[in-house]
Amino acid sequence: MTNSVERFVDPGLPEHVHRKADFDERAAKRAERQVAILFLLSAASTVLTIYSYVGISPKKEVFLPLLGTQQVNNLGIGVGLALSLFFIGLGAIHWAKTLMDDTEVIAERHEFRSSDEDRKEFVETIKERAGTAQLGRRSLIKRSLGAALGLIGLSPLVLLRDLGPLPKKELETTNWAKDTYLVSDPQGRRIKASDLEVGAVAQVLPELPEGTERSLENIGKDAVLLIRIRPEEFNLDAERLSWTHEGIIAFSKICSHMGCAVALYEQQTKHLLCPCHQSTFDVTRAAKVIFGPAARPLPQLAIGVDAEGYLIAKQGFTEPVGPSFWERNSA
Amino acid sequence: MKRLSHMRRHKFAAPALIAAALITVGSAFSMASALPTVQHQQTSSGSTIVDEGKQIFLKGCSSCHGLNAEGSGIAPSLIGVGAAAVDFQVGTGRMPMADMSQQAMRKRPIYDAQQTAALAAYVASLAPGPKVVDPTSINWERDGNVADGGTLFRTNCAMCHNFAAQGGALTNGKYAPTLMGVEPKYIYEAMITGPQSMPKFSDTTLTPKDKADIIAWIQAADKEPATGGASLGRVGPVTEGLLVWTLGLGILIGVAVWLAMKAR
Amino acid sequence: MKARERVAGNVAGYIDDRTGAAKWAKKNLTKVFPDHWSFMLGEIALYSFIILLLSGTFLTFWYNPSQNEVVYNGSYVPLQNLAMSESYASTLRISFDIRGGLLMRQIHHWAALIFMAAIVVHLLRVFFTGAFRKPREANWLIGIGLLTLGIVEGFLGYSLPDDLLSGTGIRIAEAIIQAIPVVGSYLAFFAFGGAFPGHSFIPRIYTVHVLLIPGIFLALITVHLMLVWYQKHTQYPGPGRTEKNVVGYPLMPVYMAKAGGFFFIVFGITAFLGATASINPIWLYGPYTPGQISAGSQPDWYMGWLDGLVRMFPPLETHAFGHTISWNILTPGVIIPGILFTGMALYPFIESWIMNDKAEHHLLDRPRNAPNRTALGAMSLSFMLVALLNGGNDIIATHFHLTINGIMWFTRIGLIVVPPIVFIITKRLCLSLQRADRDVVLHGVETGRLVMMPSGEFVEVHAPISEAKKFVLTQHAQPAALTVPASDLNGTDAPGGIKAKLRARLSKAHAEQVPAPTATEAKALDHH
Repeated sequence: MTNSVERFVDPGLPEHVHRKADFDERAAKRAERQVAILFLLSAASTVLTIYSYVGISPKKEVFLPLLGTQQVNNLGIGVGLALSLFFIGLGAIHWAKTLMDDTEVIAERHEFRSSDEDRKEFVETIKERAGTAQLGRRSLIKRSLGAALGLIGLSPLVLLRDLGPLPKKELETTNWAKDTYLVSDPQGRRIKASDLEVGAVAQVLPELPEGTERSLENIGKDAVLLIRIRPEEFNLDAERLSWTHEGIIAFSKICSHMGCAVALYEQQTKHLLCPCHQSTFDVTRAAKVIFGPAARPLPQLAIGVDAEGYLIAKQGFTEPVGPSFWERNSA
Repeated sequence: MKRLSHMRRHKFAAPALIAAALITVGSAFSMASALPTVQHQQTSSGSTIVDEGKQIFLKGCSSCHGLNAEGSGIAPSLIGVGAAAVDFQVGTGRMPMADMSQQAMRKRPIYDAQQTAALAAYVASLAPGPKVVDPTSINWERDGNVADGGTLFRTNCAMCHNFAAQGGALTNGKYAPTLMGVEPKYIYEAMITGPQSMPKFSDTTLTPKDKADIIAWIQAADKEPATGGASLGRVGPVTEGLLVWTLGLGILIGVAVWLAMKAR
Repeated sequence: MKARERVAGNVAGYIDDRTGAAKWAKKNLTKVFPDHWSFMLGEIALYSFIILLLSGTFLTFWYNPSQNEVVYNGSYVPLQNLAMSESYASTLRISFDIRGGLLMRQIHHWAALIFMAAIVVHLLRVFFTGAFRKPREANWLIGIGLLTLGIVEGFLGYSLPDDLLSGTGIRIAEAIIQAIPVVGSYLAFFAFGGAFPGHSFIPRIYTVHVLLIPGIFLALITVHLMLVWYQKHTQYPGPGRTEKNVVGYPLMPVYMAKAGGFFFIVFGITAFLGATASINPIWLYGPYTPGQISAGSQPDWYMGWLDGLVRMFPPLETHAFGHTISWNILTPGVIIPGILFTGMALYPFIESWIMNDKAEHHLLDRPRNAPNRTALGAMSLSFMLVALLNGGNDIIATHFHLTINGIMWFTRIGLIVVPPIVFIITKRLCLSLQRADRDVVLHGVETGRLVMMPSGEFVEVHAPISEAKKFVLTQHAQPAALTVPASDLNGTDAPGGIKAKLRARLSKAHAEQVPAPTATEAKALDHH
């Protein structure tokens, strides 16, 4: 046994094997023809693109298996463009592979590390040059510059301040208030309690004062889902039960998790599901979370009816609707 | 395919199809041993359509729904669901259920139109409920506004049935089915009766005009051309991502392998 | 001299007179690039970026980033007379009333998906072959930066049309901003110019999408490529290939033709997808309003893992002192991605620290020869895949008749259980492959030919493998683990303490290898 272990040796780059086209002129000619055909196919495809753009009406449709009913104009332009590009690529690569010199070349690599001497001099230079600035000795300059540079970073932050207003109470308020009528979304009709049968749902919004335009910001906070079940199916405390009306219960449709519209109601299980992250809420237990990532029930809206039987809110939401935020008092 | 769609539009296409369907269903029916082999002609004169429906009910439905349609642990009561519910459930083949799965599937109907009508009449006789919808009364082609229907659909239906009415998942394996190829009559009936997980959308909250709009939109979605190429199921970005990782990257890497291969 | 050559000479002279570039150009036109299909993955990403710039510019000619309300009167019938934002209306116009507009929109979106997919596979190639090692750590960091920016850029891009799906995505992004402790609601109001959705967000992200991020992309990609150029490309081990050389084809003409041709191929395939496969059919989604939602609302695939994590996270919130902290948003939406991406960025430095490896590496590792790294990579990948799976749980549920609750629980448990299992299996697999390599080198390959020995015994003939193959299978370095500093007799910790112990333990795990066979061993076997 010796201490030195021999490894397998590098046999070196294998001998170059020539391609047929390297020594057979006929094979080379054939390769040339193939490349030319590919380039010509590209040219023909460009003609197809231009013809499709100019000559085919965007209204023309054709049924194709796998794809379905297609707009011929769009399809022609697209396929023409795709093929004209694709064939150029194929041609170029085929040319490179068959006709360009394919002998492998060796290039030497050099270690990036400079000589110790150079590195030392480099450090010296930095030290010396920095020394002439006297930054080490003039501490007043150093400190004041530091302060100036540190503070200047605040400018862009300050300048961005006017990007938007402060939230104030906007995240905590909605357009729901005492005696606001519930109107259907999107039709805007008032709803009578008798309009809803057991098992029915309705998407509702607060009726806005005459002449008020409903903005998306409003809908983002005001959207409510009305559900009617048999009153005996409720499993609510007295207060929450008093917020319902003859089995009709109203919840904010804006998910307490990330604000998607929770409107997927299963009338057999009485569950509400959010299609974004699958939080599941139990309608009979005041939208208690029974599955998924939401941590809070959907806020419930207290409802009743006016003298004519139209549904109204008895008060606004008692908590902010939608996703959580730092200032939210959820206790 | 062009020719096929021409044939579909032929004026005799609908009657011919219905006749063909009836023959198929009828022959399937006569072979089903669990069902009465005695044909309706033989029901004694004087017995009403309700009695006929009751007979079918006792044979085919009562084992789950109870002898008086009062319901049981495994099936709901049918008292008050109305003829429309029966017409929808039986007419789309959901009832009778093939097995006790999570949810009844749409399949080829087991009872023919006349038997379905009899069943509906029987269930309607138990307690008042929504009536069977007369297809000619919907008039969605005349009254329906596709754009308004789209807005109504996205507000009231898309959360379960997806933006293009392709269907979607509910909790615990239940699902909202696709609405492609569903007859307008059944869409209407589903809205007023709230089958299975689906809530009800009564005519007072979604008026018949609203429903006509929604149906018009669904019918347009059914015929929506595959604009921009294969529609990939119209389920959103999941199938798009799948296509990129399989076909897209597959071809690109394939070309890269060819590119780096030494030519002979 | 032919006319053509004279012209070329004149042009070259003209340039050199003004730049003195002749020497540099002469050297660089014959720069050698190694040829391997896996070296083209980064190029797919690069070319997709160019396609994105071209198609994106086209789209800007008609797109109008405004959230002002208009009534649509374009040619798509099912949306006529509906109120919608100008951005949605102008995207509809591009899709239905500009010839080739829909094609360009689809090319742009497909290119974005391919861009991200190519970045990911390129990153995996670089990781599993150890190409991130010294001196290429900076390029690794730039790559991680590009990946992160790509995710943001993609999200902003598909948010621009202001359709129902993208609006839902913005709503979720707003919820994430709002969940940031202390400043969240302020940041959200600043970003949206008030309450969600407001009228400012889309115009703002448009500038970020078409100017700011592409600019940063361009700068980072330039540095990325300059570093590849300057440091020369890595190469796979093989006969004649060493740490001191690069074996391959010269830039001119072979590599120019191949790389240039490949650009056209990538563009062609993207255009083909754009022509034949629908992507983001915004006209079906409808205009955005916060009161509407579609079943199966999903982000694009490169955000899918994030959405999957958010979906599976338990409902945790802290309610105290009148404040709320949403762990159910912050943990999966900010903290876990932060840890993942930071860990990924730091990995080259961690590995070099563990092995005290200060050497330059230009020869790539075969993944099996770095079992610990390969296992770690496979583990991380499995984590992402489990999360991604849950991101599509509703679509999977409807198409495979499963339940979303079932998939959710499967992935919740899987996220914790699967990665360690994948780690163990991958590491074992690597070691087995090393063992197989060892057998092949020492005993040759099985030929399937049976020979009857004089004794009547049957023996399969093993054929020796070529010297080149033997070299490839045995050339890798197998650095030894760092030794544990011995503790004092009285039991106090050795210098360095826990950190040194941890390093030694990691080093031991990292150095676990099947010894590569040597020529000495082979000779010893021959003598028997």
